[in-house]
Amino acid sequence: MFTPHTKADVEAMLKTIGVEKVEDLFKVVPEKNRFPDLDLPQPLSEMQAAAELDSIASANATTRDFISFLGAGAYQHYIPAAVDNLLQRGEFYTAYTPYQPEISQGTLQAIFEFQSLISLLTGMDVSNASHYDGATAAAEAVILAYNNFRGKRSKVLLSRAINPQYREVIRGYMQANDAIRIVGDDPETGIEPDLQKLIDQIDLETCLVMVQYPDFFGRIIDYKPLIEAAHAQGALVAVVANPTALALLTPPGEIGTDIVVGEGQPLGIPLSYGGPYLGFFAVKNALLRKISGRLVGETVDTQGELAYVLTLTAREQHIRREKASSNICSNQGLMTLAATIYMTLLGKTGFQQVANLCYQNAHYTANTVQEVPGFSLPFKSTPFFHEFVVQADENVPELLAHLQDHGILGGYDLGKDYPELEGCLLMAVTEMISREDIDYLTDVLNEVEHA
Amino acid sequence: MREPTIFELSSPGRAGVTFQDPDVPLSEFPQEFVRANFPFPEISELGVVRHFTKLSQKNYAIDLGFYPLGSCTMKYNPKINEATARYPGFAATHPLQPEDTVQGNLYLMYTLQYWLAEIGGFADATLAPAAGAQGELVGTMIIAKYHKDRGDLKRTRILIPDSAHGTNPASSAMLGFDPVQLPSDERGNVDLEALAELCDDTLAGIMFTNPNTLGLFDENTAEVIRIVHEAGGLVYGDGANMNALLGVFKPGDCGIDVMHYNLHKTFSTPHGGGGPGSGPVMVCEKLVDYLPEPHVVMTSLGDEENPPTYGFARPKKSIGRVKTFHGHFGMLVRAFTYIAMLGQEGLRDIAEKAVLNANYLQAKLKGTYTLPYDRSCMHEFVLEGNWKDVPDIHALDIAKRLMDYDFHPPTNYFPLIVHEALMIEPTETENVETLDSFVDAMLKIAEEAHTQPELLKNAPHNTPVKRADELKAAKDLIFCCYPVGEWDKSNQ
Repeated sequence: MFTPHTKADVEAMLKTIGVEKVEDLFKVVPEKNRFPDLDLPQPLSEMQAAAELDSIASANATTRDFISFLGAGAYQHYIPAAVDNLLQRGEFYTAYTPYQPEISQGTLQAIFEFQSLISLLTGMDVSNASHYDGATAAAEAVILAYNNFRGKRSKVLLSRAINPQYREVIRGYMQANDAIRIVGDDPETGIEPDLQKLIDQIDLETCLVMVQYPDFFGRIIDYKPLIEAAHAQGALVAVVANPTALALLTPPGEIGTDIVVGEGQPLGIPLSYGGPYLGFFAVKNALLRKISGRLVGETVDTQGELAYVLTLTAREQHIRREKASSNICSNQGLMTLAATIYMTLLGKTGFQQVANLCYQNAHYTANTVQEVPGFSLPFKSTPFFHEFVVQADENVPELLAHLQDHGILGGYDLGKDYPELEGCLLMAVTEMISREDIDYLTDVLNEVEHA
Repeated sequence: MREPTIFELSSPGRAGVTFQDPDVPLSEFPQEFVRANFPFPEISELGVVRHFTKLSQKNYAIDLGFYPLGSCTMKYNPKINEATARYPGFAATHPLQPEDTVQGNLYLMYTLQYWLAEIGGFADATLAPAAGAQGELVGTMIIAKYHKDRGDLKRTRILIPDSAHGTNPASSAMLGFDPVQLPSDERGNVDLEALAELCDDTLAGIMFTNPNTLGLFDENTAEVIRIVHEAGGLVYGDGANMNALLGVFKPGDCGIDVMHYNLHKTFSTPHGGGGPGSGPVMVCEKLVDYLPEPHVVMTSLGDEENPPTYGFARPKKSIGRVKTFHGHFGMLVRAFTYIAMLGQEGLRDIAEKAVLNANYLQAKLKGTYTLPYDRSCMHEFVLEGNWKDVPDIHALDIAKRLMDYDFHPPTNYFPLIVHEALMIEPTETENVETLDSFVDAMLKIAEEAHTQPELLKNAPHNTPVKRADELKAAKDLIFCCYPVGEWDKSNQ
């Protein structure tokens, strides 16, 4: 099927090698363990496999079958047809890491353009070629900050309004380092938008303060006071940013942020049940030599022609081994390509249109939902982008089940991660939700109240 | 010809894909947060399509030709995988959907966990790790937590053979372990005497790549595992080279405790120009409780009327979460499709043909190029790209000259223990004609090295760009189409 050898080929090749049969090539494998049985189903033809996978996929109901208000870290956006069409060029997706620049200029230039777009979007000086996802990019930011002070500052402050999964991943990555203290996201410090209790904990022990923009609850918060307070103590600040929102919002780089990371999935990457996505990672020039992951730089070839290469590789694992800044080896190559094509295709006009549609649809939804008796907006006085918190008088799991019965995925139950938000729902609204969908939602919510 | 960047192609007033106006009553955007300028490119849709199509044509790829890049397993990526991963039933599911709406996804993950564990001879698997390097991280976290939970806190050292991938020492260092280099013997195996000397009660484990990066199956595999186990250490199998062993050998059967696969090597998911990868980790029985979240379990057996149901559960002593959501699900669909089409016989055929192809190339090339470890290889082998009589010719020159013959070069200068290494992995999907034409090119280059060395020194000659000045890149540090600060000027 995927092996082209004829019987005659095999015989001729074995003769060249000087053995009698293929099995002879495996004599080094312990005999009692050689050629074991595998408990696998009978192989399928391509046609059968296509049907089998189609039947498995059909056992799901998707965001196309539902009206979906799920976000919380992954967002449903329209992906222009040209994105996937270009992505499926074999020259892109069946290539490897561009270690040989002479025959990888396509991948290298695309990454260089990705780095440029991310730097612009975030307002930072340098972007790397990506990490696995937003959460691992955030963990790499913590490692960078800790190493930046050579372990002399051991406190990392995380806002409680950072995506809970990101905070879990950061703790997972740092689990072997007993010296580091990751604090600030406790219920006592809380989720007040003024962040005063978090700011109060910044001290000379602090290597990094991390916040999210818009935060996990969709709120747009002015981080200037926090950044000033952090810098006054010599600490670094990292912002986890939503890339769609940055088409309209002041970029974190303009208010003095040292590191910007985030989830690139909204940039033309399908939901695909959580992956593959991409994590973007951008810094100010001062931190350039401390970042992990790949970097593409500009240079010239022997003829003086402009060329792109992977550069500053001396930081990386294949050169520095145990002294490397990270063990990361791949980037999210094809996902960065998708994001680059998406951002270029939408460009200045389309990208801001999408961000504005998200903003407008989300605000219309919030405004109509809060008019339904029994529903309110606990963070009403704080601006938000395309995600917001709704407080319900109903039991949230029951409410979500009821909505699901009516073809709606109502959002994310915040009580699971935030006891103080028991009874609250996080709803995301993008350009994919129509006015009719929103009106239908409020109709169903009204029925809940009258039921 | 140079392709301009997207910023050079931009013209104010042009647009690519645009969107409709909002049809809801408008809300005002908070003015204090409005960004001052947004200098993104302005290019028509056709302009964008041509730009990226032209860029693609500057790449070499498996779909264009032979890609014998050792340790990377650049096999054919079946097109059906691309189709199934894009089925809307998979691609349009949100990772936080209620479990009852994604039973198809959960069934696929549950089944793949079982298949991957079965192929490797392990008790269970996690699909969460995003890449092989993250799989290593997960594996070392499991080893760390296993010792910690037993109160065995003095185990701080991890042994790493000198032939190992750089990710091995980097991953163990990230977990706070002290990586200790382990020498190889003259046959390319782990040096047993050195191993025995380094094993004591401070040993956390060994990271053991088998076949190793020389393409050799360690002749003392059982012995290595026994010695490490007797010292109380765990054996981590770096499964990067499992393509050679599918249906041939189950590492778990031989006592390997934890191992990762690279789905993008062994199970045919595309390399994508450097990712996304996927690095599932398998464990033996005593480590199943340490697997990371999320882990898929069967939640009800089902009966004649109802199918079984599946859901997520957190393993009892889980190391926690290493990634948002559920791993690189799209890659899991591709690997599932591949295994479903192969079954036991198909997988064994993959390994056999991969090893046959490598031994065939090795036999044809070893007279002309030095083969430092002259024994039957597995899926790859390592030659020296250097001759004593033309000392100025290096592995890099041979690699670059191969481009002129329309081949992707082998991996060079790795593994570090071979002088001027050229690491060649043909994979099973190449036919004998292709292998023969590669041999012809390699023999011709060896001749050129002696008769017209400048052809190698100046190579490549026919590529979109010639040898690039890497020092200049590292000195100039230009990572962005526009110099820092220039944007503001150009857009005012």
